[in-house]
Amino acid sequence: MSNWALIIYCGLITYLTRFSMIALIKKEMFNDRIREVLSYVPSAIFPAIIFPAIFLDNTGSFILEGNPKIIAAIIATIIGIFSRSIIATIFSGLASYWFIIFVI
Amino acid sequence: MKSNFKVFLKGIIDVSPLMIPVVPFGLIFGVLAIDIGFSPLETMGMSLIVFGGASQIVLLQLFSGGASSLVIISSVGAVNSRHLLYGAVVSEHLSDLKLVWKIIISYFLIDQAFAISNEYLKRNENKNRYFHLVGAGATCWVIWQSTTFLGIILGAAIPEKLGLSFAVPLTFLALLVNDFRKLINVIIIIISGLVATLGYNYIPFKAYIIIAALLGLISAIILTKIIKK
Repeated sequence: MSNWALIIYCGLITYLTRFSMIALIKKEMFNDRIREVLSYVPSAIFPAIIFPAIFLDNTGSFILEGNPKIIAAIIATIIGIFSRSIIATIFSGLASYWFIIFVI
Repeated sequence: MKSNFKVFLKGIIDVSPLMIPVVPFGLIFGVLAIDIGFSPLETMGMSLIVFGGASQIVLLQLFSGGASSLVIISSVGAVNSRHLLYGAVVSEHLSDLKLVWKIIISYFLIDQAFAISNEYLKRNENKNRYFHLVGAGATCWVIWQSTTFLGIILGAAIPEKLGLSFAVPLTFLALLVNDFRKLINVIIIIISGLVATLGYNYIPFKAYIIIAALLGLISAIILTKIIKK
C-alpha cells in the first residue's frame, strides 16, 4: 500500500468513528451495562500508547535504569491524582523531566 | 441568546489552556514523521486528512516498527473506538443538529475539544451551543497544522536533548487524570500497559495495541462484574 493510501485509510477510519459518534450513536442504544464497560475504554487503550513510550527505547529494548521518563511519569501521575487537571499533569511531567535531565 | 460568534469565541477561550501541550506534540509529530521517512507533503497530509494526535502517533509508531498496513489501520481503528464512548455521552446534546453540521463537526472532534465542550454542552441550553465545539475544534486545528508545519521545517534544528517526544505519552497520560482514583481503572491501566510493553517485541504483526486494548476491555468486563455484584 502506498503511503498516501495508508494515510487516507487512517483518516477515513478516524473520521468515521467520530462521525458515528455524533450522527449514529444514541444514548438509548446502549444499556447501562454496556455504558459502564464503555467508560473503561480510555483506560484500556491509552496505556498501550503510554507505557511503551516510557519504558522502551526506539529499538524496543527496556530502559529501566536511569530512565528519567519513568520518574517524570510517576510525578505527573501523582500530581494528576491530586489536581485532576490535564494541564497540571502535563506541566509537572515535563518540568520534572527537564529538571532531571538538565539539572541533576 | 448569545450570538453564534460569542459561543464560538467562548470555545476558543475555554480550550486554549489545553493547547499548550499540543504545541510540543505537533512539533514532535512533524519531526518524527520526517525522521521515519515520510515526505513533508505526506506529513502535512497526515495532519490535514487524519487530524488526530492518537491516530497519527499510532500510525508513525507502527509504520516505523514495520507493521503491515492492515495492522496499522486496525490499530488506528482500535484507538479510535473510544469515540463510541464519547458518542454515548455527547450525542444527546447534538441530536437536533442538521446533518451538514454533523459532517463538519465530526472532523473537529478531537479529545481536547470533546473534553472542554462536553462540559459546556452539559451546562448550557442555548440552541447554538454547538458553536462552542466548532470554536474549540478549530483552535485545535490551527495549532495542530501550524505546529506540524513548524516541525517539518525545523526538523533537525530541534535538539533531541529537549526530549520533546516525552510530550506524547504525557498528553495521553493526562487524558486519564479522572481515572487514577478508581481501583478498576487503575488495574485496567496496568494490565493494558504491561501487555503492550512486554508484548511489544513478542506479539506478532505489531498488534500489541489491539491486543493490549482488548485484554484491558475484557478485564473491565470481568472486574465490573466481580466488584460490584
